[in-house]
Amino acid sequence: MSQVSVEIPPGYQKVFGRPRALSDAPYTYCPGCHHGIIGRLIAEAIDELGIQGRTVGIAPVGCSVFLYRFYRCDFIQAAHGRACAVATGLKRANPDLIVFSYQGDGDLAAIGTAETVHAAARGENFTVIFVNNQIYGMTGGEMAPTTLPGQRTVTTPQGRDVALTGYPLKISEMLAQLDAPAYITRQSVHDARHVQLARKAILKAFRNQLEGKGFSLVEVLATCPTNFRMPPVEAQKWVTEKAMQFFPLGDLKVRDE
Amino acid sequence: MPKGLVVIDRERCKGCGLCIDACPFGVLGFSGEYNSSGYNVATMLHPEKCTGCAICAQMCPDVAIEVYRQQPDQPKEAV
Ligand SMILES: Cc1ncc(C[n+]2csc(CCOP(=O)(O)OP(=O)(O)O)c2C)c(N)n1
Ligand code: SF4
Ligand code: SF4
Ligand code: SF4
Repeated sequence: MSQVSVEIPPGYQKVFGRPRALSDAPYTYCPGCHHGIIGRLIAEAIDELGIQGRTVGIAPVGCSVFLYRFYRCDFIQAAHGRACAVATGLKRANPDLIVFSYQGDGDLAAIGTAETVHAAARGENFTVIFVNNQIYGMTGGEMAPTTLPGQRTVTTPQGRDVALTGYPLKISEMLAQLDAPAYITRQSVHDARHVQLARKAILKAFRNQLEGKGFSLVEVLATCPTNFRMPPVEAQKWVTEKAMQFFPLGDLKVRDE
Repeated sequence: MPKGLVVIDRERCKGCGLCIDACPFGVLGFSGEYNSSGYNVATMLHPEKCTGCAICAQMCPDVAIEVYRQQPDQPKEAV
């Protein structure tokens, strides 16, 4: 990237910059896409815990398929939906690695539901970051299992009809019913305060793994401005006015012992 | 001297406007200048109002913003 060289006047100190765990590669996301913020929070957690040298990410299929370019750590690109299965094998064979999967709602909550539920039920000791933007971003904005009732997508042009397609999956609520998971939470990144809360949750989910506590999943509500067909700022209002009404924020399960 | 200043990486910026919307002090706006990808790059339109709070940077999806803050232990004569 061409970093503009700017003279910083004396007496000023840098208080915010790119985390070390992020590579120089530019994100391939659309303008205003929340994937970028969530990705940065993971890099900040890696930096804070000093685990860059032993962290391996599992990239999904979806807009974050290129995740391996964006970090200075190793990655495995899993087949669609299979990230939790790959993470299980990797972590069991190499317990010293810090393993995380990063998955969209199409990847985790549709084609990968079985892998996710069973990894959670087994209490596998890795970290899942679940980006719920209520739509299939990469393929052009089709209905996802998380699409809200009444939400317009290219496959529900009149709005999602629950009589025809049922109701959205509340993955975090479902997983919180299981005995094994250590930490299940739902967060959002639609404003700076919530970004800080999401940051703390992601950090905790990684720390749990370091402490051997078992399965931790952080669901993050996100926008897909391109397929919501909204300017990025308006798409954030969708999160507070619509998505958060159906998917309330907060911890659903915290096993602290 | 303002308390803060931000440096926006012109080539990383995608002109999404989330930083402009997030800044509580109306510091940021679109520059009207386009980078090599064709995006209207955000810039400090009112640098004198910047507090260095980094709220803009927290919201930048492309991690294009660096924030600098005047250190409180610096001599204040420049203010
Ligand atoms: C086996 C298989 N089935 C279907 C697809 C098509 N496909 C690619 S990405 C995707 C879903 C993406 O949605 P999501 O996981 O929500 O991620 P996003 O792009 O929104 O970040 C689908 C169905 C595929 N690549 N492979
Ligand atoms: S299609 Fe949607 S989810 Fe994918 S990069 Fe663009 S805005 Fe983000
Ligand atoms: S650091 Fe704070 S005051 Fe300065 S531009 Fe960013 S949000 Fe605005
Ligand atoms: S948030 Fe980042 S990418 Fe978006 S306009 Fe501001 S500097 Fe550019």
